Amino acid sequence: MRLRAKLLAQVRAFFATRNVLEVETPALSAAAIPDPNLASFAVCYAGPGPRHGQTLYLQTSPEFPMKRLLAAGSGCIYQIARVFRDGEAGRRHNPEFTLLEWYRVGFDHHRLMSEVAELVTELLAGRLLVAEPERLSYQEIFQQHLDLDPHRASVAELAAGAAAQNVPIPPGMPAEDTDPWLDLLLTHCIEPTLGQGRLTFVYDYPVTQAALARLRPGDPPVGERFELYLDGVELANGFHELGDASEQRRRFVAENATRQAAGLPEMPLDEALLAALATGLPACAGVALGFDRLVMLAAGKSSLQHAMAFAIDSA
Amino acid sequence: MATYSTNEFKGGLKIMLDGDPYVIVDNEFVKPGKGQAFNRAKVRNLKTGRVIERTFKSGDSVEGADVVDVELQYLYSDGEHWHFMDQQSYEQLTADASAMGDAAKWLKEEAICQVTLWNGIPLSVSPPIFVIMTIIETDPGLRGDTSGGGGKPATLETGAVVRVPLFVQSGEVIKVDTRTGEYVSRVKE
Repeated sequence: MRLRAKLLAQVRAFFATRNVLEVETPALSAAAIPDPNLASFAVCYAGPGPRHGQTLYLQTSPEFPMKRLLAAGSGCIYQIARVFRDGEAGRRHNPEFTLLEWYRVGFDHHRLMSEVAELVTELLAGRLLVAEPERLSYQEIFQQHLDLDPHRASVAELAAGAAAQNVPIPPGMPAEDTDPWLDLLLTHCIEPTLGQGRLTFVYDYPVTQAALARLRPGDPPVGERFELYLDGVELANGFHELGDASEQRRRFVAENATRQAAGLPEMPLDEALLAALATGLPACAGVALGFDRLVMLAAGKSSLQHAMAFAIDSA
Repeated sequence: MATYSTNEFKGGLKIMLDGDPYVIVDNEFVKPGKGQAFNRAKVRNLKTGRVIERTFKSGDSVEGADVVDVELQYLYSDGEHWHFMDQQSYEQLTADASAMGDAAKWLKEEAICQVTLWNGIPLSVSPPIFVIMTIIETDPGLRGDTSGGGGKPATLETGAVVRVPLFVQSGEVIKVDTRTGEYVSRVKE
């Protein structure tokens, strides 16, 4: 707990010297993220007020309200936010956890990666890091480890790759959608090897995994998204932020369609976010860092329960 | 039989995979921040004892295995089968050689055993942790040697062979740890 408090103080000092403003936004919202791989907790608000009797959702990240602030002209902002994700518990997951999320106006995802590296290097103060940070594209890690092109490989090729690596294939894997196969290979064969003694950034994701990132046309086109790994642990996820309201709406609607097909509840779209994007989100990059995982690694532990006062089983 | 969601996975849960009963030994939840979540489980085949790795998409369900542990009294063997009795219901159950495994050599009549039943049929049999047995044959050791060093083989009444200290003689009664197959002590009758 002392280490946690010290790291929090360091985070605040880091951003204070860079003139990034600390903000707080609501954890409860009438809208929720439709990403089919994220499950929002729903709570019932008894009233009073216009939201009386309405279902409200606990945030899975503070991204949407923070983007509303950015569109309103806040400039660079950060938040240390408690977030909630249903259905996630394990050594490296807890259904509520702390995200350090920040946005840099005028940055692209590469410039933001550099700042993430500076912050994490400072917070770890020599622990774990013995080499300079490295940056590998999503395509490079798949090519290096599995000799597969993640942007072009078919389900059959990915399945053959998994079989060649002796990955146990889960029942019910889709025949068309390559993303779950990429996730299977990533989690089983690649992630555990990333970030050995250094920060490893993986960037430029398949367009189908862009989430809230900008797409960059090309061959292949990619989502300008990055992830940070250290010691096999996924620490952060960042985007060169998508500012196009109609493209964002299209992705939300597609995600809700995927939810419906999978028998999951559809989520009310965040119209306030979409309206804010329509008025204009400044060009920016943003990143969310799992603060508890960073504390866990800084403490030399392999389970989140060592980084939290009370994990879910004793909460 | 009930089905279990991956959210209910924990060590000790018995599930069916490919027609065989398995017990979950270890379960790890893995999920890329923006992607498909998986449960990586280590599972032990309750018939063969072999441990393998299986991965499930989180949220999927798996059929439970009707596997229970019961205490049964060993009655006798007809050479091919081993017969047990439930002391509450007096129901008799029969185990075959593959279910008995190593347990057969540790069983004296009336011994109380832990028996794992799958769909009501004995799947595996664990002998009592400690058994008391008479030595029917061992080389005469050197008198006065109480060091216990070295030791010699001794054949017990059930046919099991254990190493005993040199001072232990034929006809004596000893206590054996069946988990390791090691001699523990002599027993005064």
